[in-house]
Amino acid sequence: MTHDDGGPEMDFTAMLPMIDRAFRENVPHNAALGVQVVQAARGRVTSKIPWAAHLVGNPETEALHGGVITTLLDAAGGAAVFLWFREIPSIATLDLRVDHLRPTPARHDLFASAECVRVTRNVAFVRGVAWCEDPQNPVATMTATYMLGTRGRPVV
Amino acid sequence: MSALTDRVARARDTGDWSALAREIPYAAWLGITVDVQGDEVVVSLPHAPMHVGNATLPAVHGGVVGALLEHAASLTLLVRAETVVLPKTITFTVDYLRSARTVPTHARAVITRQGRRVSTVRVEAWQDDPAKPVAAGHGHFLVMRDGEG
Repeated sequence: MTHDDGGPEMDFTAMLPMIDRAFRENVPHNAALGVQVVQAARGRVTSKIPWAAHLVGNPETEALHGGVITTLLDAAGGAAVFLWFREIPSIATLDLRVDHLRPTPARHDLFASAECVRVTRNVAFVRGVAWCEDPQNPVATMTATYMLGTRGRPVV
Repeated sequence: MSALTDRVARARDTGDWSALAREIPYAAWLGITVDVQGDEVVVSLPHAPMHVGNATLPAVHGGVVGALLEHAASLTLLVRAETVVLPKTITFTVDYLRSARTVPTHARAVITRQGRRVSTVRVEAWQDDPAKPVAAGHGHFLVMRDGEG
């Protein structure tokens, strides 16, 4: 999707280090998980959580806990909404559904990408996908909506 | 019998589920605790600075609230003997109802359908007042009953 406000295109690649840093510095839980933003475009983000033993949900298979996958997808979805706008809005997740397609393989980093499907005055509709080894072989998919212009200042 | 299945069986015998909750690394890392009183299973998340998602409100990260709901649903299935192994989440949906403030959050689940392979669970999270939930979730879990697999 392209800008439709007549302004100049934003160079997200140049902004990536700043965006990546901001998502940890302004969001304590992203910092605790070591969330990285590895790709950014308008309304589209790919993020990553490096493998860590304390994120495991099943100690026998070493599969990540579903909550970790939900958290990274929610963070990527929120980031995708932020990067839809020139001026970052305050947002709140309204609802989020995750389909767990397969357990995560042991000792692999987790990736999640999310993109805005449609953004209205009040609501952003977002879909996302999470994977470990191959984006074509996802471990989970997400559908989420975010309210725009909620109370509180933007988090980044 | 695997070590984890063994621990589930032991918790069921003794009624002490707290040790099992500590066996799950991610739940232990978040500080999630479980309190079982008879039929009542309450799963709690203490407040910790690292749980914060929005530092300006401040509010707990939506992913952490989602994790608490999913974990509460999963533990309730184990406690109620719906499954002998950790349930596998098939789908999980979270409705965010209120901003989760930086205080302890509790969750309680209701099993709405007990199928042979799939159990359906509804779960709510609240802070001070159970009548004012901060989030509600529902999920479908793959379960394995005793004597199968």
